[in-house]
Amino acid sequence: MSGWHGETIDELRGALARGDTTSVRLTEQCLARIAAGNPRLNALITVTAEAALEAAHAADRVRASGAAVSALHGIPISLKDLIDQAGVRTTAGSQVRRDAVAARDAPVTARLKAAGAVLVGKNNLHEFAFGTTSDDSGFGGVRNPVDDTRSAGGSSGGSAAAVRAGFSIASIGTDTGGSIRIPAGVCGVVGLKPGWGEIPADGVVPLSRQMDHVGPLARTVTDAWLVHETLAGRAPSAAAQLEPATLAGLRFGLLTGYFDTRIAPDVRATVATAVAALERAGAVIEPVALPHAASIGPVYLHLVLGDAAAYHAATLERRPGDYTPPVRLRLEMGRYVLAEDYARALRGREVIAGEIARALEGRAALLCPTLPVTAPPIGAALVNVGEADEPVRNAMLRLTQPFNLGRQPAVSLPCGLSPTGLPVGLQIVGALGATEALLQVALACERVVAPAW
Amino acid sequence: MTVERWLAAAIADAERRGMPELKPLLEGLAASTTALRGGDWNDRADGDADAGAPGSSTTAPDEPGKAAR
Repeated sequence: MSGWHGETIDELRGALARGDTTSVRLTEQCLARIAAGNPRLNALITVTAEAALEAAHAADRVRASGAAVSALHGIPISLKDLIDQAGVRTTAGSQVRRDAVAARDAPVTARLKAAGAVLVGKNNLHEFAFGTTSDDSGFGGVRNPVDDTRSAGGSSGGSAAAVRAGFSIASIGTDTGGSIRIPAGVCGVVGLKPGWGEIPADGVVPLSRQMDHVGPLARTVTDAWLVHETLAGRAPSAAAQLEPATLAGLRFGLLTGYFDTRIAPDVRATVATAVAALERAGAVIEPVALPHAASIGPVYLHLVLGDAAAYHAATLERRPGDYTPPVRLRLEMGRYVLAEDYARALRGREVIAGEIARALEGRAALLCPTLPVTAPPIGAALVNVGEADEPVRNAMLRLTQPFNLGRQPAVSLPCGLSPTGLPVGLQIVGALGATEALLQVALACERVVAPAW
Repeated sequence: MTVERWLAAAIADAERRGMPELKPLLEGLAASTTALRGGDWNDRADGDADAGAPGSSTTAPDEPGKAAR
């Protein structure tokens, strides 16, 4: 993207403080990149240019007054379009909600505004967050800025694409089975799914409230931390810094079995190189398995189908033609889940969550690839995962959904490129209640494994 | 209700509702439900542990499930 050098919040807050740039200038640059690139990438459904420029002018006036400002003050941010912003429609990527203008801000939107962030627009997504590619949106699919013949991942595909393309400096996504980490992984940005419940999900169109998480997509771990802190209601000061963990002697669990089977060779090789680099930096890498990993898919499927069907049933009856056909069919499938099987899945979730917690005992984090594949071609039904072909949705969800069942915080960190130049993500999973510690670990890892943009 | 009976009823209902294209999805869901019911955390009212014993699962422990997700 012309003129975009991948500046971070961390860099831009310094430039703003020194007077090297202004919020108005940053916002105009983002809007110019949107105007040039969004017709192709389709990463934004709604661009709030006028309101963004007003907010940027206001941010510059506050800064000029000498008032103390937060780290996000004057920084252009985008919102996944299932998060309410007062006066702006929340489409959830569906024609079902094409005219659904939000009456009030979601708490996360209000916190961003209070921190002085400039909201530039609403990101495209897989319809109702119920998919992993962002191909199926009522507003057209999203393209990956790294290779626009490829999927941007999903469901927060527009958010990852926007960050990667410089349409915004960071974005807010949601993650029910991997919907922050998957697009972050295939677009080569950082995606953080915080621990469940850390960030309020009110004012956010749900998929499965028991597994929905709100979190940031950003260029770097430090940027993700700055946004996460803001979303959590602890807007960091303009000078706040995340301290990295010390890798020497730090114990990591390298997930095996389910997590190390059916991985595309290019992903396997790239992640192995990253893990070896961590080991050379002093990290202690120990293999670890989850005894009930084989049940992750069935447990997740019954929960998400049941929850999504409950939310959509009435609308499916009234306006079936306003859904994209693939999403409508999966939602209809959910209406056939039996209560007894949903209850079995609830119990299974507890079992799997407990096993993940035990795997984390005595360890700083768990490691595995974010996805078993790189970005699939747009519209692909199957992807090759080494030994076999697998449906795209199954493959893309396989390694992220366990931590929605377990509700642990997890980061996708860019860790290298495939031989064809596609990003590969390393997933780093922390303990419940320890998101900041996870980010400290991720920052230390980033300094060892992250490729240059 | 057994998975087989549930699947037959679900397919019949989907066809009645004019959605025959749901059939392959429901077949995938049935495979997933079979795997779910094989989980060894599923205890039984009669105390029979066999139904929920490790190894009764249709997928081997710690291998990617073959069922559709």
